Amino acid sequence: MINIELGHYLALGGVIFLLGVVGIFLNRKNVIVILMSVELILLSVNINLVAFSTYSNEITGQIFTFFILTVAAAEAAIGLAIIVSYYRNKGSIRVQDINEMKG
Amino acid sequence: MLAHTIFFYFFSIITVGSALMVIASKNTVHAVFFLILDFISVGCLFIMIGAEFLGMIMLIVYVGAVAVLFLFVVMMLNVAEQKQSWFRGLKSTHIPVGLIVSIIILSEVLVVIGGWKYKANFINTDSIVIDSNFSNTHQLGSVLYTDYIYLFQIAGIILLLSMIGAIVLTYRKREGVKRQSYINQISRESKTSVDVVEADFNAGVKIDD
Repeated sequence: MINIELGHYLALGGVIFLLGVVGIFLNRKNVIVILMSVELILLSVNINLVAFSTYSNEITGQIFTFFILTVAAAEAAIGLAIIVSYYRNKGSIRVQDINEMKG
Repeated sequence: MLAHTIFFYFFSIITVGSALMVIASKNTVHAVFFLILDFISVGCLFIMIGAEFLGMIMLIVYVGAVAVLFLFVVMMLNVAEQKQSWFRGLKSTHIPVGLIVSIIILSEVLVVIGGWKYKANFINTDSIVIDSNFSNTHQLGSVLYTDYIYLFQIAGIILLLSMIGAIVLTYRKREGVKRQSYINQISRESKTSVDVVEADFNAGVKIDD
């Protein structure tokens, strides 16, 4: 408990990952919150990579965190653009209202 | 070692709490505020664990670009929960939450700056630090630009593609806007666009009637 080891960081990453997944499932508000949950999930992956990189004395984990960061930024930009154009066409981004595809 | 424990629990409790608030808060603007708090806490954690460059990138890219982009979109779309208008609202509900989040962020930054001198006894430095002669940024650069140069360039292409994609998705033609037309400009010829006019004395030439 007092000595912080690798497991503590992995537990933190796991908790944030779970919160992100729960945020996707329980969302009744709008699609932006789903995108934010995806950002949380990517953040937890980053925590795992950095913790492993530090504790196993290997810089490569931090390099891959970089690429995940890049992909996260691209995903946020594209996702928000989709949301903006959907809002223009339909006038709502509530999760209940998005049922065009009858999925 | 005790310093490591204290810092870890401080930042991780704030991280988990704010992640909970991101998915639980009714107001989407508050959710974005807590997302910013979450990113900053994890950035501080990265800084304290030895990945300083990534911590700073976390602050700059995630908080400075991604979270602010979220905030822009949430404000622009005027989401249903946000009943009273953002701009005319004298009784805006965002100010208290924003203040709380900013105060927590300020305290986190102060803790990181104050705890910088304890960083040495975070982890057992004999085995962990990769090469203590070089800074974290130096090490990252020396690996990123040599072994992973192709991945680096692909990352650049991904960013370019996402930029083009965002522009294409949100582009719309508007009426009544005079746009530059390259085809028309290039295909102009002097025969069609220049007129030689006989000007009468003391009468002038009427242009463009």
